[in-house]
Amino acid sequence: MKHTYDVIVIGSGPGGLAAAIAAKEHGAEDVLIIERDIELGGILVQCIHNGFGLELFDEDMPGPTYVQHFIEKAKGHGVDTLMDTYVMEITPNRKVFAINKDQGYIELAARSLVLAMGCRERTRAQIMLPGSRPAGVYTAGTAQRFVNVEGRMPGERFVILGSGDIGMIMARRLTIEGAKVERVLEIMPYLTGLTRNYVQCLLDYGITLQKQRTIHRIIGNDRVEAIEAVSVDENWNPIPGTKEDIPCDTLLLSVGLIPENELSKKAGVLLDPVTNGPFVDDQFMTSVPGIFAAGNVVHVYDLVDWVTEAGYVAGEGAAKYAKAQKVSEGEAVPLEAGENIRYVVPHKINKDNLGEELIRLQMRAINPIEERVLVTVENQDGEVVAKKGEPYARPGEILSLAIKPKAFDAVQKAEKLTVHVRER
Amino acid sequence: MTQSYDVIIIGAGIVGAMTARFLSKYDLNILWIEKEADIGMGTSSANSALVHAGYNALPGTNKALTNARAVEMWPQLSQQLGIPYQRTGDYVVAVSEADRATLEDLQARGQANGVPGMEIIDGEVMRQREPLIRPDTVAALWVPTGGMGDPFAATVAAAENAVMNGVELRLNTAFEDFIFNCSTITGVRTNQGDFHCRWSVNAAGLYADEIMHKAGVRPEFQIKPRRGEYVILDKAEFQLTQPTILFPTPTEKGKGILVTSTLHGNVIVGPNANFVDSKENKDVTQVGIQEIWSGGKKLVPAINRKHIIAQFAGLRATGNAPTPDSEIDYDQDFIIEIPEEVQGLVNLGGIESPGFTSAPAIALRVIELLENAGESLTEKPDWNPVRVPRPVFRHLSRDEQAALIAKDPAYGRIVCRCENVTEGEIRAEIHAPIPADTYDALKRRTWLGAGRCQGGFDMPRVVGILSEELGLTPEEVTKKGAGSPFLFRKTKDVEHDHLTVQELL
Repeated sequence: MKHTYDVIVIGSGPGGLAAAIAAKEHGAEDVLIIERDIELGGILVQCIHNGFGLELFDEDMPGPTYVQHFIEKAKGHGVDTLMDTYVMEITPNRKVFAINKDQGYIELAARSLVLAMGCRERTRAQIMLPGSRPAGVYTAGTAQRFVNVEGRMPGERFVILGSGDIGMIMARRLTIEGAKVERVLEIMPYLTGLTRNYVQCLLDYGITLQKQRTIHRIIGNDRVEAIEAVSVDENWNPIPGTKEDIPCDTLLLSVGLIPENELSKKAGVLLDPVTNGPFVDDQFMTSVPGIFAAGNVVHVYDLVDWVTEAGYVAGEGAAKYAKAQKVSEGEAVPLEAGENIRYVVPHKINKDNLGEELIRLQMRAINPIEERVLVTVENQDGEVVAKKGEPYARPGEILSLAIKPKAFDAVQKAEKLTVHVRER
Repeated sequence: MTQSYDVIIIGAGIVGAMTARFLSKYDLNILWIEKEADIGMGTSSANSALVHAGYNALPGTNKALTNARAVEMWPQLSQQLGIPYQRTGDYVVAVSEADRATLEDLQARGQANGVPGMEIIDGEVMRQREPLIRPDTVAALWVPTGGMGDPFAATVAAAENAVMNGVELRLNTAFEDFIFNCSTITGVRTNQGDFHCRWSVNAAGLYADEIMHKAGVRPEFQIKPRRGEYVILDKAEFQLTQPTILFPTPTEKGKGILVTSTLHGNVIVGPNANFVDSKENKDVTQVGIQEIWSGGKKLVPAINRKHIIAQFAGLRATGNAPTPDSEIDYDQDFIIEIPEEVQGLVNLGGIESPGFTSAPAIALRVIELLENAGESLTEKPDWNPVRVPRPVFRHLSRDEQAALIAKDPAYGRIVCRCENVTEGEIRAEIHAPIPADTYDALKRRTWLGAGRCQGGFDMPRVVGILSEELGLTPEEVTKKGAGSPFLFRKTKDVEHDHLTVQELL
């Protein structure tokens, strides 16, 4: 094993794999992926459902099939891997400290570094779920690992809190395995996951979704015995007379994901309090020069295809930085969230980077608009630089818009760009 | 057939553990029983983790006397048993002239209890020492002998040392009744059979009242469980300027909601104090969390809800206030006695705060009571007071970590990524003198699953390790003993009602 690499990628999920592949394809010679698990692929290893690859391959694949494509490509490109290895610390000058069973304490250096640690699930504590602390309360992803990787059932009678994608996918999965999903509860007045998952995972299996309804109390000392459900108003206050005890042995939580940036913070990478991920430019370089970020570590995507695409962009940037072909030191135009937009990634576009490749913006809406909408990117004077029509805007589904090279002149001249989503 | 012991200790919280440890010094045949699957699962598992300086209790009470004595014991005990302990000092913060007067009362009380070095400092000085303190602070009582402990580690360490020195610990063994010969207790009836003894020690915490009633002692004494809720903040997101303990000025309701650093590195906020109807009701409530949050926010306005990573609640074994039948205010003091009504019982009750702090001194009092009752205690020549702690990976330097992995590669795999707990630590605890054989037992010992992801990552892996090391199926692994499995069955392992295509359509 070498000590110094052109590019070191932390994490081998779809973002990390794409970054490693792109780094190789853009001239980085020594590329290493560090993975804490015993196999490559990140969370996709346990995502045995379909729905992957529709955007990039126009093909509907299960997670492991999708990610295997990239694992083989990375291996074919000669990407080195360090498995079952945990990164303890990274520094602003791109030193990497890691441990594993065979080599003990490992110290490495990278000319550029790609953060691809993904995200973690929000827990019951983060949503202040009251009640006792029995066995049988799991995040949906943990339950998914039990079922799909370990081949074990974490319960027989489920209530699922949150209409996030993993929760709905698990509702179907558990039903197929002979368990009973009593209810999916969603505190918001709208779905927080993808509509297609609602149709394919809940509707098709006769599983009830109740909106504006949440859990008032978890009951049971040793194992979950029931949950007390309650309806809430717009301010999440319980509505009197709506309580119901739902007997169950397991509660699954699908209440959101948080980019996993503890390592990034150790390297001094600045984080956006809205996305909980690093501030990035159009090449996904963070506030620390030479440290890039790929995929869900930046913000939580709803489609893996877009994670892969972002990984490619970050990997290309990392390779170029490593080879010092291009270090963007020029002026940058900031991208800001405007009307009904919660956030935009990237946070800025480096004018030096404007070349032949389009720049993809990813946004989340604040409030749902259930009719045709127009997404616009406007300059400081309100002039439209790029736009795209969509049939609707929903907070659970990312809005995506590409700024094409023909608009780069306008970007060059802009002082700032603001993204809006409005009814047409 | 029944077995016979010199002493049976009932209850394996910190008081039982310290009693077992100090009694193990003598040539006694000791049985120690606990109804739960692990030691330290009751009040010892959920409290403020403080070694109190001892200025709160009324002078002359058992609380005041044992607290003062125990504060002297903790530094040595920490060395001998490898228990984390840090004497950081604590502050009681005043925001009005009325508060300042209370500080003066507390200081006087502390002096009467023998607490050294107390000093009332100006608000300005307080703000310099902890800039995050509420800006309207007018004064503070600085108490240099206050400190932080680790009730989990302390219970495990004392228990292990007791077991190393010959004490027989039986878990999952619930007290049912005493066995009498006239008015002498000669044994204990449990769900695991009868055990005979010359002495029983009631260290049953929340259940101490029920146990003494079985002996016919103090029928008017009742434990009124008083719940305290807490929140834990992400250590990477929020810290006090330096590790310290911040109390508000106490009221007649109690010490109030504090903001304190802990030896695990997290700041915690709590507790409130609300009576609950059940000794098992450790629910956290919306109202309770709001109550402690607003209390904490008053003291340290910079705390941020976004940084909460966990909530928990614990129960205090508070004794009842005077009743028509009895003038004794059990709310005010510990019961530490050999009652006159029966022979063969050492009775401990109402051990609420500062119970964790006082535990080693309560153990010494138990020994003195036995000696006063004519028990001739002879020291064992081979008693070993030292228990060496097992390595905690995250506390080691890089070189030490490298050396540990070289010795045992299992320390090179992180299983809990938030708290950096290694597979080596987990396996070591599973094979410790008191084996950790549930998830929560491992959590209390290693701090796995206690971080920001709350076990989301480690849980399947820990279930796997427990199953492998204990020779159990994954379905047999539990969170906290019988009735708390994680898993029910294998996938595919179910009888489907096979529907025909026609039926489906």
